[in-house]
Amino acid sequence: MGDLAIRVHDLGKEYRLGALTGGYRTLRDSLAEGAGRLLHRVARPRRELLWALRHVSFEVERGQVLGVIGRNGAGKSTLLKILSRITEPTEGEAEIHGRVGSLLEVGTGFHPELTGRENIYLNGAILGMKRTEITARFDEIVEFAEVAKFIETPVKRYSSGMYLRLAFAVAAHLEPEILVVDEVLAVGDAEFQRKCLGKMSDVAQEGRTVLFVSHNMSAILRLTQETLVLDRGALVLRAPSPQAVDYYMTSGLAQTGERRWTADEVPLGAAPFCPLALRVSDDRGRTAERVACTEPFSLELEYELAQEVTGLRIGLYLSTSRGEPVLTSFDTDDPQAFVEHASRPAGRHISRCRIPARLLNEGLFVAGVNASSFRIRSYFTDEHALSFSVDGTGAPGSHWPESRGGPIRPALKWEIIEAAA
Amino acid sequence: MTASALETRPTPLPTVVIRPSRGWSALNLRELWRYRELIFFLTWRDVMVRYKQTLLGAAWAILKPFLTMVIFYFVFDRLAKVPTDGYPGPIFYFSGLLPWVLLQDGVTKAGNSLVSGANLITKVYFPRLAIPLASVASGTVDFGLSFVVLLVMMGVYRLEVTPRLLAVPAFMLMALVTALGVGLWLAAMNVTYRDVGHVTPFMVQAWMYASPIVYSANLITDPLLQSLYGLNPVVGVIQGFRWAILGGMEFPGVLILESVLISWLLLAGGAMYFRRMERSFADVV
Repeated sequence: MGDLAIRVHDLGKEYRLGALTGGYRTLRDSLAEGAGRLLHRVARPRRELLWALRHVSFEVERGQVLGVIGRNGAGKSTLLKILSRITEPTEGEAEIHGRVGSLLEVGTGFHPELTGRENIYLNGAILGMKRTEITARFDEIVEFAEVAKFIETPVKRYSSGMYLRLAFAVAAHLEPEILVVDEVLAVGDAEFQRKCLGKMSDVAQEGRTVLFVSHNMSAILRLTQETLVLDRGALVLRAPSPQAVDYYMTSGLAQTGERRWTADEVPLGAAPFCPLALRVSDDRGRTAERVACTEPFSLELEYELAQEVTGLRIGLYLSTSRGEPVLTSFDTDDPQAFVEHASRPAGRHISRCRIPARLLNEGLFVAGVNASSFRIRSYFTDEHALSFSVDGTGAPGSHWPESRGGPIRPALKWEIIEAAA
Repeated sequence: MTASALETRPTPLPTVVIRPSRGWSALNLRELWRYRELIFFLTWRDVMVRYKQTLLGAAWAILKPFLTMVIFYFVFDRLAKVPTDGYPGPIFYFSGLLPWVLLQDGVTKAGNSLVSGANLITKVYFPRLAIPLASVASGTVDFGLSFVVLLVMMGVYRLEVTPRLLAVPAFMLMALVTALGVGLWLAAMNVTYRDVGHVTPFMVQAWMYASPIVYSANLITDPLLQSLYGLNPVVGVIQGFRWAILGGMEFPGVLILESVLISWLLLAGGAMYFRRMERSFADVV
């Protein structure tokens, strides 16, 4: 006891929005600004400041697996970047006992022209492994990645699955005392994800400390005992993971039936797409947080296009409060709709999706949205935009007062026939 | 009980305290040394990648300075008749080009290194100095290959091989120090000001003509002017290099001294500036 791996005290990171939003500063800007100050004694133009993280304090004991959850922009990534020393805090301090290995993005430093073997050594060195360590684990890495046959092939010829497996394999065979993981599990197929999760629980069982940032609530629940909830740069809760997840899924997203995006919540990269609001509306068109399972309801996304966009498709994701996906649907799934709306003019639009009655089971659901042009660009994604609940009164079979498993509860056709003996 | 507690704690773990830094930071050479394998691998990557998927491969390392030499020979020797101190034009130019190309490639690559390595900087921690350092160091392989060609040319022109050749690594080091010094300034500035990428080619070109590559440093005879000329650290490097290769030259002691002084000043200043700017690299790049 009392063996600390990480101690964070009053940590804060301030970003200058000007530096982030204005693109790169050119020398001309600086010179002009400087000259202006000299000549006219004008005040330095005040830049907008944003605390991405502030007054965050917590401790992690050795061997603990700690989850970190929060909405986009809550400060999760900033926290990990400070702890892995990629960026400096603006205030406060953090004490780290042991080597930190970060899995902020697998495949960092992979060079497409180099072979698998060469990349293992290069990537290993970048992640802080010694050459002897890499050599000692080389076979293990290759076996884990299942790329033995292609080890002398440049990785640019790899399939994306192979590339990912190799990248994860190198990172997973790092042996730091503290492992910092961000969303690696968001990529890859189910098989690969299972493998990653397995490797991560191995790491945890070896008594090493893991900080795990994810949007995948079921992964958080499976892997971590305790979880931090961040919101707008502040640490709002530290609790056993099931409690933290429940808190996050309910009060953390406490918009009632409607989620509006303010300008600073929309990443700049989303332009020309700008989400305005996501609403749940019941059969009578009223915005509602709770819908009856016996009535159809709609989920509508209102958005603005700064210019004409071709090939845009709006996606809707439904998942349970535990993070298990329920369905994914796009507004141009119908080929005819896709042709008719091949190009959408600048201005405000609404994409409305009707969810039929008697589809969802009772419980809490999370709706996410995505705007993209298939294979060209993804404009905006918010997987946890809004939560709403479904009331089970009158659901098929509700004359038996018992809860039923599964996210859907459709009225299915049954036949009961007397079979001949 | 105490015994078992001791057993579970084999070695004290390294402790790092992360807090905001202000003002100038120390160079932290010890940390850089701990990351020497990374510097080696980054250098090795630069070397390996440079001529991948080219027909001629590493031959380009030789062809580039060689073809430049051929052009210089026709333009400046045959056409413009710029004096070459009585040495055959080709070897005069080639011996000047070798250290120059090492320096020029180093400056250009180091200047771009942080921007092109942005994905590393924003994802993993390591001393950022490793990136421009590797860019500069990777030029030594090209230099080595071209040096073999130079040795062959020495044979062709029946130049005497003397113990002076042993001084070549020292002049190579001087070129590397200069390249790293200037490269660090450019690299750190390039992170915030992308103008650097546009300015560098012109700067390098002007610098080349300010150095005795296509003409002889002896054209400048006034001693005062000559010591001013020597403030360009490349002058000392090239004159020293030619002294080692061509023979029959006086040892350019003053120029070399000047060059060493200036290049180390550049490097010290560059390293300090780099360290100061370093903390915001990941946020800005």
